[in-house]
Amino acid sequence: MTRKPVDTGDPDRLYTVTSGRSRADDSFDLVTLIVSESGPTAGMQSEHARILRLCRHPTAVVEIAAELGLPITVVRILLGDLLGTGRITARHPQATRSLADLPDSALLKEVLHGLHNL
Amino acid sequence: MGSTTSELPLRRTPLTDTAETGLKVVIVGGFGVGKTTLVRSVSEIRPLNTEEVMTQAGVGVDETGAVASKTSTTVAFDFGRISLNARMVLYLFGAPGQERFWFLWDRLFSGTLGAVVLVDTRRMDDSWYAIDRLEHHRTPFVVAVNRFDEDTARYSLDEIRQALALPGHVPMVDCDARVRQSGKDVLITLVDHLYELAMAQEATP
Repeated sequence: MTRKPVDTGDPDRLYTVTSGRSRADDSFDLVTLIVSESGPTAGMQSEHARILRLCRHPTAVVEIAAELGLPITVVRILLGDLLGTGRITARHPQATRSLADLPDSALLKEVLHGLHNL
Repeated sequence: MGSTTSELPLRRTPLTDTAETGLKVVIVGGFGVGKTTLVRSVSEIRPLNTEEVMTQAGVGVDETGAVASKTSTTVAFDFGRISLNARMVLYLFGAPGQERFWFLWDRLFSGTLGAVVLVDTRRMDDSWYAIDRLEHHRTPFVVAVNRFDEDTARYSLDEIRQALALPGHVPMVDCDARVRQSGKDVLITLVDHLYELAMAQEATP
């Protein structure tokens, strides 16, 4: 596959996208699924509008980052804006466990079942 | 990269509206070992590529402002996706094993189900560091040996286990990362292992 680097070559662009902010909302996991609750509105920042269009169906944070060509942290900041104004909802993965904990066996059984059925 | 056995749609197909739980599995291995090939062989979407920015201190984006300051560096990774059922979606991340990547582990891969260390017997040294780091992060893992056509040496799994000083409880499996069924078997080996660990943990009060 041809590796297409994400365009991070222009710091000014990223700075503008986030209005200079650099602290992201860490509650968004890579695989948190985002769903739009409303459509884009006129005058909305284009990245916000793109996220709302993309998330008409559930879309993982990491997929949004790939589609927008933006680093994960920047996407987390933008998602924080949209969550704050009620334009998206977030379906988080099961509560983050302590590092050594395993997911419960019932969940793993479902995963196994899904893989066998592929 | 290797040939594929399935044609993936050009457009990224959306998930079903009932999808609610995202899960993560990480495939770690050195450059050229076949991580993307493995992701591609089992993924329902064409592997996508994304990046995360980090400062050299490894604490994420610089607090003092510039998102891409001069000291920042990026770590790129590929990923693919498998819809397991109407609710659960498994994301597979192909991650480079190099040092700077591990600084991002907690921010990106906390809560990951487990990992696959993909090994190329011609460059076994690349795997050492990944195994060490996974043990450090207490992430359960299995080792998959990608058998290339020209893998004539054919070290046995036992020989490889010895070479990697791998404890007996870590499962090992041969695979051909280009073949979908083989990729599936690797994932099933991992989740079987996780299931056994979980059952053992639940049996201990």
